[in-house]
Amino acid sequence: MSKKYDAIVIGGGHNGLINAAYLAKAGKDVLVLEKRHVLGGAAVSEEIYPGFTFSVCSYVVSLFRPHIIRDLNLAKHGYDIIPMDASFQPLPEGDLGLCRWGDSARSRREIARFSKKDAEVYGEFSKVMTHMARLAKEVIDNPAPDVASINPKELSALLRMGKVFKNLGPELLQMNTKLLTMSSADFLDLWFESEVLKGPMAVSGIIGTFLGVRSPGTAYVLLHHYMGELDGAFRSWGFSKGGTGGVSNACASAAKSFGAEIKTKIDVAHVKIEQGKATGVVLANGDEIDSKIVVSNLDPNRTYLKMIGEDNLAPEITREIRRFKLRGSSAKVNFALNGVPNFCKKRDGLEFMKGDIAIVPNIDYAEKAYDQAKYGEFSERPYINIVVPSLTDPTLAPPGKHVMSCFVQYAPYNIKEGPEHWPKLADKFGDTVQNTIKEFVPDIDSLVEHRQVVTPWDLQETFGLTEGNIFQGELTLEQLLFQRPISGYAKYKTPVDNLWMSGSGTHPGGGIMGSGGELSAKSILREKVI
Amino acid sequence: MPIQTPFHPRTSELNSNLDWKDWGGYFAANSYNVVNDFEYYAFRHSAGLVDITPLFKYKVTGKDASLFLSRLIVKDIAKLKLNQATYCCWCDDKGMVIDDGTVMRFGEDDYFVTAADPSYSWFSRFVKNLDVHIEDITDSYCGLALQGPTSRDILKLVCDADLDRLKFFWTTSAKGDGFEFKISRTGYTGDLGYELWTENKNALKLFDAVWSAGQDYNIRMSGIAALDIARIEAGLLMNGVDYHSSLHALIPEQMSTPYELGLGWTVNLERESFMGQRALKEEKKNGSRWATVGIDINWPDLERLYYNHGLPPHWETGAWRHSVPIYHRRHLSKQIGYATSGTWSPVLKKNIAIATIEIEHAKPGTEVNFEVMVEHQRKTVRATVGKPQFFNPDRKRSILENSIP
Ligand SMILES: Cc1cc2nc3c(=O)[nH]c(=O)nc-3n(C[C@H](O)[C@H](O)[C@H](O)COP(=O)(O)OP(=O)(O)OC[C@H]3O[C@@H](n4cnc5c(N)ncnc54)[C@H](O)[C@@H]3O)c2cc1C
Repeated sequence: MSKKYDAIVIGGGHNGLINAAYLAKAGKDVLVLEKRHVLGGAAVSEEIYPGFTFSVCSYVVSLFRPHIIRDLNLAKHGYDIIPMDASFQPLPEGDLGLCRWGDSARSRREIARFSKKDAEVYGEFSKVMTHMARLAKEVIDNPAPDVASINPKELSALLRMGKVFKNLGPELLQMNTKLLTMSSADFLDLWFESEVLKGPMAVSGIIGTFLGVRSPGTAYVLLHHYMGELDGAFRSWGFSKGGTGGVSNACASAAKSFGAEIKTKIDVAHVKIEQGKATGVVLANGDEIDSKIVVSNLDPNRTYLKMIGEDNLAPEITREIRRFKLRGSSAKVNFALNGVPNFCKKRDGLEFMKGDIAIVPNIDYAEKAYDQAKYGEFSERPYINIVVPSLTDPTLAPPGKHVMSCFVQYAPYNIKEGPEHWPKLADKFGDTVQNTIKEFVPDIDSLVEHRQVVTPWDLQETFGLTEGNIFQGELTLEQLLFQRPISGYAKYKTPVDNLWMSGSGTHPGGGIMGSGGELSAKSILREKVI
Repeated sequence: MPIQTPFHPRTSELNSNLDWKDWGGYFAANSYNVVNDFEYYAFRHSAGLVDITPLFKYKVTGKDASLFLSRLIVKDIAKLKLNQATYCCWCDDKGMVIDDGTVMRFGEDDYFVTAADPSYSWFSRFVKNLDVHIEDITDSYCGLALQGPTSRDILKLVCDADLDRLKFFWTTSAKGDGFEFKISRTGYTGDLGYELWTENKNALKLFDAVWSAGQDYNIRMSGIAALDIARIEAGLLMNGVDYHSSLHALIPEQMSTPYELGLGWTVNLERESFMGQRALKEEKKNGSRWATVGIDINWPDLERLYYNHGLPPHWETGAWRHSVPIYHRRHLSKQIGYATSGTWSPVLKKNIAIATIEIEHAKPGTEVNFEVMVEHQRKTVRATVGKPQFFNPDRKRSILENSIP
């Protein structure tokens, strides 16, 4: 008789690996099955061209929960984040642009070139956001409370959260309401006047959504930018050594050290369901593996419609899950370069390029980029978030050469030609990005050795992100907390007994933070189902 | 007034923070940048370069050099192989530690000793009629520590030495472009790293070669502040901070033995007599009173204390060096030890400290209470006793066996 596992985790993304690690640490017999040849899902490093290692999808780390690092001893397994010190906004025509630094006096002087007022308000803004983020932290480090429940546990969780709100005081509470309802552009208008400052700040509110900086509700997402600073890292964004796959590899190594088994190149066709209960998985090749519970790290769409299947779902659940918004809107272009792409020759040294470089010189630029996307086109002048991690982590490229990662928005999955036409458009899209960069780096063409374009279609077909949504589902207010992925099943459970979820399509959402994996494992262990 | 090291023309140019301190009578950069955590990260991610010239340096030569050092030092130095290095400490006749440092054997009768304190006079007392010559080369030799994962790649561009196979705590001679120097695979960071030693006249040549080779490897100048974080993570003690030299201590309570400092592994007890041997044998038999341990300070506890004030957790970003009381797990009025230095560990995401603690509470896993100051109020948080070495990456000892010479 073949072996029966305590748990099978479908999908070796970082959340799946963390889930497996927590379960294995608790003594459970766990098997992780990953479809691709590499682990990591959207947090993956691959040597796409000899000598050049790309963070193919996600490229910076900020939200990863520090207690997970401690719980799983991840530092020992190679988890290693290099913080970024700068955030640069280049401007055309040889302007110095705007660079924000860890050194606040230096940032103030930079901002004052555009607005003396903004320069001083900047510190105040950070203060308020720090308070707000404290609240958000309480939200992301706990399972979403169920507002409809009268279970005393749920109520006390709600109460705890309510207390955080209350402690904020009336002024901050009002600020919170604004954050929840306003657009990120409007919210920033309350504070700042200079466009070069507002541009790169506002776009934090639209990452991974099919919304514009002027769409209501986007202000909330800004908060995520301020969360990293709270966790004792005292610094928000960083590079993972060896690319973001380094995070996943550390999680995998930790999981193995606790006894979990991990297999790659195993395509799971669907969950084995007997009498409404998950009893294992069926692989694409027809093989079956049995387990007491199954954890799906896939997005909600795949979990419900493919892993469970419509036949096993009530019609209203199917309807709800189909309403869960994916609408991918971003793409990646990764470059292998034979030299440094200097975004501002007027500046001394290269320190200003060791953080992220945002191409979004003003609010209108971002909104115009969205306008095109609304009608099914990719932006001709897109918002690009660029990093050159090899300046900081020399192991990513041969000496003197560099890798440049460009996160691009908008590249709507639902392109007007139809999403399946993306492969044909990939080159044209790559040119658009390269030409946009050329406005700041005139010699970019001669630097490019290789170029990898990862379209929303690729995100779906290769990385298993339905409709190319980078967060396994839009991070908009109506899809968060007790409504992620659908209300009634926001606590990592599904309508099928013994089938759980752990990916970023669950609370608290997307980004390399590990929370889905951790909170799901803890819920499983608490219920003693295995 | 402190004087300048031979690297000063370069280090001063690179120091945008004007943050100098006195280290052994020399100007040493405490930090080079206003935001200086990158100086620490360089040790863990690429390479940090530290001017370590202020260390006290001695050349010990003569037919009896091995014998002499073995009598002085708790470790049997005569066993050191050619080109090998060792970390060690030396004691007074009561077995109380005077200083710690490294000894390297450059030749059959040729040793190189580094120390934190001036030691010439102490060493000289034991020469008597032995064939030994001690030369204080503190002011004529200079040193650079190149520490971090890319340090080997950088150094390979600088010299001809076979670095792929140079093991942890071994040394080699090296030739650069127009200068000679010594390389020891040693350091104060607990990471892959090297220390480079040369005559003052070669200082700038060495510096320039390392600095320019490092450009493609994200080399950074690192100050003492950054070094302090790394050495605490590695559980390496500091004379004058985590313990006091018995030559300077005013009362016996301020002195420590090697066993109490967790340096028992450096003591070779059963051999010809050496300084402090009798006392150390006694202690070995009867047990020690104190132990040096690592303390993992509960972060969620601290977070909660700040949270109660409506604040995000706050902690000094750099390392600290002052005494902090440690209390019994249940009896908060019973002090059982004190921390001597600590830091927020950026790699481990933990708040850690090095502490001296009563031996009966020193077992790894023991729960204690650690004093913290939150919004001007003294509070305690839970903490766990462990080994002082918090971080010990494989690369520290790695060798590249399969490399083609
Ligand atoms: C282009 C892009 C850029 C991003 N940038 C950032 C960033 O800079 N910072 C940040 O924090 N976040 C970023 N994100 C988001 C972040 O990467 C994700 O939220 C996170 O990695 C998701 O992890 P996960 O474990 O929840 O799921 P996933 O990584 O999606 O894991 C799902 C896994 O399941 C596997 N799988 C799918 N189907 C099957 C099957 N049938 N059988 C077996 N295995 C299967 C997949 O191959 C995958 O490994 C980005 C995402 C993308 C796509």
